Amino acid sequence: MTISLKPNNSPSEKLQPTGWLKYLSFSLDHKVIGLQYLICGFLFYLVGGSLAGAIRVELISPLSDFMPREVYNQVLTLHGTIMIFLWIVPVVNGAFGNYLIPFYVGARDMAFPRLNAVAFWLIPPSGLMLITSYFINGAAQSGWTAYPPLSITTPAAGQIIWILSVLLLGGSSIFGGINFIATILKLRRPGLKLMQLPMYCWAMLGTSILVVLSTPVLAGTLILLSFDIVAHTGFFNPSLGGNVIVYQHLFWFYSHPAVYIMVLPAFGLVSEILPIHSRKPLFGYTTMVFSIMGIVVLGLVVWAHHMFTSGTPPWMRLFFTIATAFIAVPTGIKFFNWVATLWGGKISLNAAMLFSCGFIINFVLGGITGVALAQVPFDVHVHDTYFVVAHFHYIVYGGSVFVIFSSIYHWFPKFTGKMLNENLGRFHFIITFIGFNLCFAPQHWLGLNGMPRRVAEYDPQFQLINQISSVGALLMAISTLPFLWNIFQSILYGDDAGNNPWDALTPEWLTSSPPPVENWEGEAPLVLEPYGYGEKDSNNTQEEMK
Amino acid sequence: MTSIVPKEQSSESKKSLSTEEHEDFRMFGLVAFLIADGMTFAGFFAAYLTFKAVNPIGPDAIYELELPLPTLNTVLLLVSSFTFHRAGKFLEKNESKQCQKWLLITGSLGLAFLISQMFEYFTLPFGLTDNLFASTFYALTGFHGLHVTLGSIMIMIIWWQTRVPSGRVNNENKFPFEAVELYWHFVDGIWVVLFIILYLL
Ligand code: HEM
Ligand SMILES: [Cu+2]
Repeated sequence: MTISLKPNNSPSEKLQPTGWLKYLSFSLDHKVIGLQYLICGFLFYLVGGSLAGAIRVELISPLSDFMPREVYNQVLTLHGTIMIFLWIVPVVNGAFGNYLIPFYVGARDMAFPRLNAVAFWLIPPSGLMLITSYFINGAAQSGWTAYPPLSITTPAAGQIIWILSVLLLGGSSIFGGINFIATILKLRRPGLKLMQLPMYCWAMLGTSILVVLSTPVLAGTLILLSFDIVAHTGFFNPSLGGNVIVYQHLFWFYSHPAVYIMVLPAFGLVSEILPIHSRKPLFGYTTMVFSIMGIVVLGLVVWAHHMFTSGTPPWMRLFFTIATAFIAVPTGIKFFNWVATLWGGKISLNAAMLFSCGFIINFVLGGITGVALAQVPFDVHVHDTYFVVAHFHYIVYGGSVFVIFSSIYHWFPKFTGKMLNENLGRFHFIITFIGFNLCFAPQHWLGLNGMPRRVAEYDPQFQLINQISSVGALLMAISTLPFLWNIFQSILYGDDAGNNPWDALTPEWLTSSPPPVENWEGEAPLVLEPYGYGEKDSNNTQEEMK
Repeated sequence: MTSIVPKEQSSESKKSLSTEEHEDFRMFGLVAFLIADGMTFAGFFAAYLTFKAVNPIGPDAIYELELPLPTLNTVLLLVSSFTFHRAGKFLEKNESKQCQKWLLITGSLGLAFLISQMFEYFTLPFGLTDNLFASTFYALTGFHGLHVTLGSIMIMIIWWQTRVPSGRVNNENKFPFEAVELYWHFVDGIWVVLFIILYLL
């Protein structure tokens, strides 16, 4: 086995456009595809973010005066769907996975370059389709979960478009998952063992297993749902003898693992960033690997904790409470490993590091409320209130989105060959962190006191807290400005980064910035110890590793 | 610093992937895809079984479904798995005439399955929207039928590609053949499970 160009790997590289035009074309280069995912995802993030802004404006006052209720529901649905399926999932998986995994396994491209490009090019059209549904007869209104019977009884056109685009996005992520599994397991360069791979590979392997096992179930479910809408079958329609709880089981069998599809890659990225900026080896590599796999297995069997209030029988509640509580164990292990990695390190508080540390803090808070939610009596109290909204935003925004920013600060020099402005980056972090906590921390209080989620109107007693939350959202919106400014400024006038500005040891830094099409001039380096910082010294060659 | 092996030491990595290794990981990707496809069916099966267990879903399979046609269908598919296998044996021996013959038989069996399933649909006393059982029945068999249709089309393409003078599938380039064969066995296996769950339980 070897890593050189495979026979039909990059067939028509010469015919490909160069310069920035290549990002608008059907390229087969994993690095181009990775950046395509990133840029496309960020554009959708701006759309989803504007929708979030609209939601927060509506909630400044208790009445539904900014937009009618149906529009509020559409905005809410589009916001959730865009953020999950078009921003976090494609970016933490597709963007960084495509860019980094071939470097990490020592290959010149992904296992299936064409499939890879197809997987990406499914995204922009389905995203645009989803957004245009707003202008044709109104978008879907039933939330990103599309629970029937609501999703069957609201106007059909928007819901059908919603289903179609989620199906396409699901297909895209299945193709991506297959590609990652094959690349990591089958395309490793000779001499590189699984247990020597950088942690992000393990995270992506676990994530891809979840994608392949759970996304198809969502696809099947949505196909049945579309039959209910178009052909008036009664799978999930109680008035035709159907059963809505079956939909919930099938939906959460995908959507609980989906939360790990959003955070496991983020775990991996953080595990790459922390050792480099604290100049210490990743603490407890083996336990990290096992905890990832533990999360994968447990993640598949806890879905019904979203259904404690759906009339699930007591034995089921007990089982799913216990199983959910167990996930706290591998997650806790990862947390302590990160802290131990930082402990006593030479920490440089640059933007990448700050965002990663912010992630750790937010994620712990989100995890604690998660364990609380897994307790049936507590969940029955706060289910479908703003407490849940606060919980999962701590996880998906405070977790995944913080990591996306951290990763952009970390890998931007590799992507472009230019440095970002660190001061602007720190400034970006500070407003994001304050804005984020101001926006979501008070929502715990709202939920505990009974403000339901997904409503445009609420009891006036909640107004002050909602206004505080809206101010936080405004800060988060403002915080994208220094970020965007920084990106444009640096691409045009940034300092040259050199090949390895962070003195990192992971393989992507051992080539030029930006890397050549074939990833390395000549041979790919064989990195057996990606985190060999500190005591272990220079002449540590293959011999010692054995 | 780390253990980065000097460039000269790893000269073996200059040669490119051999065809077998290449096929090996393409096959691996296909298996991953089939697992995903199998999970879609698993979701459908789970839905069907739950409906059956907890919902009064109208007339029951036992009273509504006749066994002769689906049994015939099962036989058709099992035989076609065998004939595909025969075709593969001849491909290995480079006897493409024989290989083509067995492929043609396989494809015809697939077609026969589809016709027989159509026939069953027409004779059934219930339609798609009659009740929950009817809907799940058509959804499951229809989704499987879609797989058989795709499979039959691919078999015909393979059959065309194994022609002697200019065909592109032969003993040297077996991957397309083996991929379709694996897919076909998979579709057969799913049918057996479906047959048991839908018609016999
Ligand atoms: C790992 C990253 C996580 C993400 C991305 C995440 C995301 C979410 C989301 C989106 C919801 C809302 C579902 C809805 O719309 O009803 C939710 C609810 C919930 N989460 Fe998490 N979560 C994560 C971790 C956890 C953890 C670690 C636990 C427990 C140890 C947990 C327990 C729960 C429970 C019990 C609910 C149900 C609350 C309810 O619907 O009443 N989550 N989570
Ligand atoms: Cu969950």
